[in-house]
Amino acid sequence: MLEIRNLHVSVGDRKILQGLTLSVKAGEVAAIMGPNGTGKSTLSYVISGREGYDITEGEVLLDGENILALEPHERAAKGVFLAFQYPVEIPGVATMTFLKAAMNAQRRARGEEELATPDFMKRVKDAAASLGVSQDMLRRPLNSGFSGGEKKRMDILQMALLQPKLGILDETDSGLDIDALRVVADGVNALRAPERAFVVITHYQRLLEYIKPDTVHVMAKGRIQRSGGPELALELEKHGYQEYLAEEAA
Amino acid sequence: MAALKETVAAVESIDVDAYKYGFSTDIESEKAPKGLNEDIVRFISAKKSEPQWLTDWRLEAYRRWLTMPEPKWARVHYPPIDYQDLYYYAAPKSTPGPKSLDDVDPELLRTYEKLGIPLREQEILAGVETRKVAVDAVFDSVSVATTFKEELAKAGVIFCPISEAVQTHPELVRKYLGSVVPATDNFYATLNSAVFSDGSFVYVPKGVRCPMELSTYFRINEQKTGQFERTLIIADEGAYVSYLEGCTAPKRDENQLHAAVVELVALDDAEIKYSTVQNWYPGDSEGRGGIYNFVTKRGDCRGRNSHISWTQVETGSAITWKYPSCILRGEGSQGEFYSIAVSNGYQQVDSGTKMLHLGKNTKSRIISKGISAGRSQNTYRGQVSAHRKADGARNFTQCDSLLIGHDCGAHTVPYIESKNPSAQFEHEATTSKISEDQLFYAMQRGLSEEEATALIVNGFVRDVLQQLPMEFAVEAQKLISISLEGSVG
Repeated sequence: MLEIRNLHVSVGDRKILQGLTLSVKAGEVAAIMGPNGTGKSTLSYVISGREGYDITEGEVLLDGENILALEPHERAAKGVFLAFQYPVEIPGVATMTFLKAAMNAQRRARGEEELATPDFMKRVKDAAASLGVSQDMLRRPLNSGFSGGEKKRMDILQMALLQPKLGILDETDSGLDIDALRVVADGVNALRAPERAFVVITHYQRLLEYIKPDTVHVMAKGRIQRSGGPELALELEKHGYQEYLAEEAA
Repeated sequence: MAALKETVAAVESIDVDAYKYGFSTDIESEKAPKGLNEDIVRFISAKKSEPQWLTDWRLEAYRRWLTMPEPKWARVHYPPIDYQDLYYYAAPKSTPGPKSLDDVDPELLRTYEKLGIPLREQEILAGVETRKVAVDAVFDSVSVATTFKEELAKAGVIFCPISEAVQTHPELVRKYLGSVVPATDNFYATLNSAVFSDGSFVYVPKGVRCPMELSTYFRINEQKTGQFERTLIIADEGAYVSYLEGCTAPKRDENQLHAAVVELVALDDAEIKYSTVQNWYPGDSEGRGGIYNFVTKRGDCRGRNSHISWTQVETGSAITWKYPSCILRGEGSQGEFYSIAVSNGYQQVDSGTKMLHLGKNTKSRIISKGISAGRSQNTYRGQVSAHRKADGARNFTQCDSLLIGHDCGAHTVPYIESKNPSAQFEHEATTSKISEDQLFYAMQRGLSEEEATALIVNGFVRDVLQQLPMEFAVEAQKLISISLEGSVG
């Protein structure tokens, strides 16, 4: 489903991704682990189309189509969803208004009918209930004054409503206590499906106890250094990233 | 109630009708000769068959105007206006002509289309019963139609062109005209007093709640024409009226002058709500053309516990110079000012309000939201003052500015004066930029950059939109989105 080939990305003079190659199949949960500052967040932004990154080489294919020339909202309509490390507050914009606008914008882009309000309300209500998102949160402006955990749950709620093809979780575990982490992980697990893939970016193994990955990729120095099964995560937890960094330095 | 929509649609239908009867930009109109002198003032007065006192009033204003300098304190820049190069009176002349919509500025048509206003002939002017907005339309200098006059008359409400009121209710006009904005008030108001051609007149008698929204639609059509309308609204004791004003103008290469005066008088326990959606032509992307909007709007809370509320959505004009104000004279009176001022391209906005607390226990509230995009400059200028007798005066002011892009400016200039130790004034101000984080977040969820900007902007102006009648708010929201199109990226 997701094919990244020899991706080189710079910001200004700094080379961040240096020939990254990664393949994620439909139905697969791929974990990307690596030390801080290795370009993990850059990878998530480049896949989702954020401005400000200079892509000098390589391709990002979604179901065989290179999406690098597409605008972020066009990629979203094709099924790319990014759960942010720090979800953004948008003051004054009612959460429900935002959710409806987003869902209908994607539906329009795909040539589908817009949702009728009762149908929309029902979907939100069902998703909110399973994620412990309160009515009060839905009534407030988007993410405004939400705690870290509430913001993450709101992001997962959006993922549940938008039903993406590819979900990218960027350090979703950062700033979450264990209870909030469990709620978020349950939300993600509920969305696991044969036609959907996830890229789970994390620094720690902790999140992977709750979201069990099929594959684990070690990222360092702007590249995937090693790929393996879930056991690789445990190994990393024990030995850290030192060998990958050292290897590079040598 | 689809207030604005009805207003615009109604007037659009006047436009369409007008083509039937033959007045358009291509069709001759009756104009006074170019330039301004006492003869022109007399000509205008004579055209309206005005009584001598009004002719004299105009002439006095004209003589006064000659001695006045143009104000320079606003943060707006424009080449000097040649007041002798303008027409001060233009009336559409009914001669048969081609019946074609092609003559209507396509830009304007597209705007209406985007607003969801179909260009169809509406029956509103015929007075279809379900309509609930009475419309007075001012085309260039002349009021062309007032709807619902009879239904309003049943309630005792007078709503008609001011030129007609001069004839039919001279005692009311004479009593109140210039009583809030004196003929000597300021350069533009004095000019208006000399040459005003038409505008709306409203009188709501004691204890009457006006049964429908009243609406005026202003349109400048003729080239090189100044539009100087004069609006006078009086709410007698215990009366209530809500008044909506809409403005458009076709695209022109030259700047056109608009210098209106609006006077509101609220007697004991009366309430006036005055809402404006101003969408004058703002000039092209290079800053050519556009309306110079120099307007004096003032409300006098003359009676005890009277209440005047101004709500404005300003998206048009090349230059806006406008400070709808309240004189809080009556004990316990209240003034409100809710404003959204959007500027894009090369627009310059210098707008705000004055809340002058004269009476005891008077209250005022100011919520101003300025949005600047493109290369525009957007200034909030406001004055809040308490007279020494204004015990217990209270004001709350909140001024928020939102910047879109890197080449625009937002400025806040509050003047606060208190001569009474018991007055309490609060002022809050913020300036923010739409962040790239917010835009990307919304786009990642599927919204285009323009949709995302519109959504964020609408969040920003929500407090003020809530003050508008609901349908009016919906239209205003769309108008804001249209005004900001192409401002990002």
